[in-house]
Amino acid sequence: MNLSDFILTLPIITLLVWALLLLVVDLWVPKGRKGIVAALAALGLAVTMGVTLSQSGGSGLAFQNMIIVDGFAVYLNVLYLVSGLVVVALSHDYLKRMNLERGEFYPLMFFSIAGMMLVTQAYNLIMVFLALEFLSIPLYVLAGLARERPESEESSLKYFLLGTFSSAFVLYGIALIFGATATTSLALIIERVGQGALNLPLFIAGAALMLVGFAFKLAAVPFHEWAPDVYQGAPTPVSSFMAVAVKAAGVAVLLRVFLTAFPSLAAEMAPLGWGIAALTMLIGNLLAIAQTNLKRLLAYSSISHGGYLLMAFVAYGNPQVAGQAVAAMLFYLLAYTLTTFGAWAVVISVEQNDYQGLELDDYAGLGLKYPWLGVAMLVFMLSLTGIPLTMGFWGKLFLFRATVDAGYVELALIGLLSSLISAYYYLRVVVMMFMRSGEPRIRRDGWLSLVAVGSALAVVGLSLLPNQILQMAAQAILSLQ
Amino acid sequence: MFEDYLPLLVILALAVLIGFIVVLLGVLFGPRRPTPRKMAPYESGMVPYGPGRRRMSVRYYLIAVLFILFDIEVVFVVSWAVVLRKLGTLGLLGMLVFLVVLEVAHLYAWKKGALEWD
Amino acid sequence: MNFETVLPLAPWVVFFPVLGILLNLLLGKRLGEKGIGIIASLAAGLSFGVAVLLALGLAGHPEGATYPFLRWLAVGDFVADWNFRVDTLSVTMMLVVAGVGSLIHIYSIGYMHADVRHNGEPGRFRRFFVFLNLFVAAMMILVSADNFLMLFVGWEGVGLCSYLLIGFWFEKGAGGIANAQAAKKAFVVNRIGDFGLLIAIFLIFYNFGSLDFETVFAQAPQVAAALPGVILAITLFMLLGVTGKSAQLPLYVWLPDAMAGPTPVSALIHAATMVTAGVYLVARSQALYQQVVLAQDVVMWVGAATAFFAATIAVGQYDIKKVLAYSTISQLGFMVTAVGMGAAVAGMFHLVTHAFFKALLFLGAGSVILGMEHGHEHAAAHGSHTEGHHSAFDPQDMRNMGGLREKMPLTFWVYLIGALALAGIAPLSGFFSKDEILADASLHHPAVYLVLTAAAFLTAFYVARQLAMVFFGKPRSEAAAGAAESPAVVTVPLVILAVLAAVGGLLNFPTTHWLEKWLEHSLYGVEPARFILSVALISLAVALTGLLIGWLVYGRKPLEDARQPDPLARPLNGLFLALEHKWWVDELYQAVVVKPYLRLAQFLAQPVDQGVIDGLVNGVGNLLRSTAQSWRRIQNGYVRSYALTILLGVVLVVTYLVLR
Repeated sequence: MNLSDFILTLPIITLLVWALLLLVVDLWVPKGRKGIVAALAALGLAVTMGVTLSQSGGSGLAFQNMIIVDGFAVYLNVLYLVSGLVVVALSHDYLKRMNLERGEFYPLMFFSIAGMMLVTQAYNLIMVFLALEFLSIPLYVLAGLARERPESEESSLKYFLLGTFSSAFVLYGIALIFGATATTSLALIIERVGQGALNLPLFIAGAALMLVGFAFKLAAVPFHEWAPDVYQGAPTPVSSFMAVAVKAAGVAVLLRVFLTAFPSLAAEMAPLGWGIAALTMLIGNLLAIAQTNLKRLLAYSSISHGGYLLMAFVAYGNPQVAGQAVAAMLFYLLAYTLTTFGAWAVVISVEQNDYQGLELDDYAGLGLKYPWLGVAMLVFMLSLTGIPLTMGFWGKLFLFRATVDAGYVELALIGLLSSLISAYYYLRVVVMMFMRSGEPRIRRDGWLSLVAVGSALAVVGLSLLPNQILQMAAQAILSLQ
Repeated sequence: MFEDYLPLLVILALAVLIGFIVVLLGVLFGPRRPTPRKMAPYESGMVPYGPGRRRMSVRYYLIAVLFILFDIEVVFVVSWAVVLRKLGTLGLLGMLVFLVVLEVAHLYAWKKGALEWD
Repeated sequence: MNFETVLPLAPWVVFFPVLGILLNLLLGKRLGEKGIGIIASLAAGLSFGVAVLLALGLAGHPEGATYPFLRWLAVGDFVADWNFRVDTLSVTMMLVVAGVGSLIHIYSIGYMHADVRHNGEPGRFRRFFVFLNLFVAAMMILVSADNFLMLFVGWEGVGLCSYLLIGFWFEKGAGGIANAQAAKKAFVVNRIGDFGLLIAIFLIFYNFGSLDFETVFAQAPQVAAALPGVILAITLFMLLGVTGKSAQLPLYVWLPDAMAGPTPVSALIHAATMVTAGVYLVARSQALYQQVVLAQDVVMWVGAATAFFAATIAVGQYDIKKVLAYSTISQLGFMVTAVGMGAAVAGMFHLVTHAFFKALLFLGAGSVILGMEHGHEHAAAHGSHTEGHHSAFDPQDMRNMGGLREKMPLTFWVYLIGALALAGIAPLSGFFSKDEILADASLHHPAVYLVLTAAAFLTAFYVARQLAMVFFGKPRSEAAAGAAESPAVVTVPLVILAVLAAVGGLLNFPTTHWLEKWLEHSLYGVEPARFILSVALISLAVALTGLLIGWLVYGRKPLEDARQPDPLARPLNGLFLALEHKWWVDELYQAVVVKPYLRLAQFLAQPVDQGVIDGLVNGVGNLLRSTAQSWRRIQNGYVRSYALTILLGVVLVVTYLVLR
């Protein structure tokens, strides 16, 4: 342990220290003035972001090769922190009006983000497991934040039970891999594989079990069933956080572990990933059609987008295109983050204080009465479908291109087909907003509007320079290969 | 490699066997003259009253959780204290960080009123 | 001024107007009309300032340069950058666009103030200026483009703005739909042209492997030697785009209808700037056109035919703006002829002077219309309804005017300057620029020269007709009798434009030829301009004759009454009827193109789309929905069954691995 270890992990340390401070400060902030806590939380995230950005370009290992810092991690860490900032903006007013202003909210979110950062930077399977738990446990609590509501408790308990269940698979997988290679360090695993000194069936089984565990975090079919129930019951900003950040962390750890330690297993794992990705895209989109509740609809939508993200995983074993695929995935993740947060912001605006206003019918006439919000939602729906002039289009284009380059033309076709299916329910929201008459009621809040309109502008604006962003993403993953 | 563990197995078997035998001997040869008083849960203690499955106040659990938390702290601190000199400054700092985190938890529990009974 | 220091300012010609849009969108509601107008005008004005700085920089470094701004698209070998081309040609266009544009912005503050009230919708004031700034931004993108793709972006952008502004009062006009139809017509006709331009761009990329001006023009001779047909195809498809945007035969029909837009729009977009984009495109692409003589000839004849044809129609029109619209088409024909002959400098010269005097004429017409509306409202307020029903009154009909010389003296004098410049009377600007085109034609293409001279004669004639009908004689309606001079915010831009229209000829004055020396750095194969005294005298004589005959017919014995037929109607009889009905071209298009097209669309809509395709789509949709409904039962809400599914997944994974 020396100073450089601490410097490399400074973003995580900053975040954790800030979380503890927040926890203490909140104790002395009187009830009507919790805005201070939200502001402090935002400041903490911003400071951490600064520290994280100062690491961009550099790389290194810390704490006896337990933790790695590289461009991939920095890119994703920034994404998590941005998510955190957006969630602060989304939840400040929401918590107040739902009477959920508990001081634990922001520290718990901080812990979860720290867990995500750790899981992205983990360079040892033990670290992977610990970080996964560290990111999950606060979420179990956050999901049950509205503890007066049975739905919220149900959400929390379901997430907890199934989350633990899936963690067991990860742990079992790690144990098997340790059994096969006698190490948990990612660097040493690949070394042992190179020497041929390992028990192959055990190794494959371990990797497969880990894949299952990660797929659960990603809510990939058939490990997805928790997601709609959990998203629906959890407080809406928490749902948005889970839909975006947790998914990002899931993909991050999947790629980190498999790209670093298991490239030799590509022949076995790629078909599995292929099947999971295809199932996830198709079933996620298909089931979304039947939804009338916006939170459930977005939950299924996020499941299907997990499938698109998994397309990048399918190509991971092919060194010629792996980099391209991962860069496309990072791009997609950015597009997905902006779009999804925007959509959730609109959902939060429409949600009423008694948790009503979440049905599709409640959106009738929204676009006519509140054109800004309506147009923003239109942009998000188009972007989620993948229609040009939005980030979503470029994200899908790059991902499909990488998939085709990797030789999985059928998978790209399935992706295309499922995008077509998804148009059905995304456009139904648009039809509802602009072509039905109704008396929608919304909650007016500056921060919500800022997130909605800002994301819409970003989704359209950034779509004008897709190549710059893709290059940024490609730059970020140079060290990963 | 398994041979090395053979004595352990023997000891385990012996322990189980002896415990079993002792109880068995008592049952076989001990006199049994039960009286109501002898059959009471606490033979020489207070006379129990009320049903055995009462609801406990949730506060007990809160206190219990906090107790476990701070109890485990002691486990860490004691083992740390034994080797403090070998760990040096870094060990001291590490324990300080640990205690600060713990103190935040303490402060939190305190301010939230978790330590107060009413 | 050092060129390197001003070059990085180039993007601001686009971003100042964009900034104006954003400010007006965000704050406009709170600022009120003054604030909106000032922001928008300032945006255009600052853009003009940047253009001036660039021009000053170019003075010491006339070769120009490209300012790399952004890598926009990079797909495989295809690269399109958003770069700003700063050379004498593009900066000339920038100066015209932003300069005339700024004046029109200022004028619009006064004009739209009255217009939105006249139309009963004061809320649209802000929208107008947002669109106007958007237009300036798009036009700047067009002229500053460094490759054909960015040019196309601007090309489409100005088309969009044109559509939005023609239909600005989209719920007004005859039957509540005429304005919307005019906008639609402009858009659809322009799409036909744009389609041609797009094909030209595809062909360029296919054959040159690049869209950058520099690369394409440098390779043009080699490609022309190897594939002459390709260059011909490119230039002719490009010409289709030009005929759309610059309103040439056969796609000119949208421009007269475009007068449905507010008058400042007609002045800025449909006279001074946007419609000249086609001329600019041909001038810019001289390197391509000069490879193929046939293409040049086609361009030249299209221009000449348009110049004459539109001038004949202008003679038979009664709407003050329609006359100017056909005059614009005719003058654009002159410019297209010039660039077609390879006399690009003459074409650009006429483009600049035309921007001055035609903007002046349109704004003057706007001032006249304002005065008429004022007079009409004044008359209505005093309870006399002798002109029939209130809404039937047309303030743009020249038959309702007359005698406005005394009512609106300032407007009359500036209008007179613009009109004489248009007619080509020395020493006003129009004389020099038109003469340069005629001189070039007389040397190389005598037939074209004759056609253009005839057009020039007609021009002078309808100018005289318009002046006489609007300003002379007695007022033929109560509105004309009660007309009043417009406020200063309207007249000051008029005066400035009048000065420019008067002295604009100095730009390329026959002895100095400044414009030619300025443009020869960025134009391909510039032919030296000539001043031929005989041609100049002939054209002056022709113009004076035209004016004189026009005066004899219309001015000597002015119309007495609004319902009196045109003095030419009797002697010319059927011919005048044809002129009045614009040679029935609209009717012809309606019968030959629009009707069959609509029938085809009807067929595709009813049995094909709504029957076959919709049936398929709805069937698939219903299938998907019922599948989804049945599958959602798996999602039953029990944790135990969810856990079972997870376990099932694991079993599947393991089974696959074992069986593999």
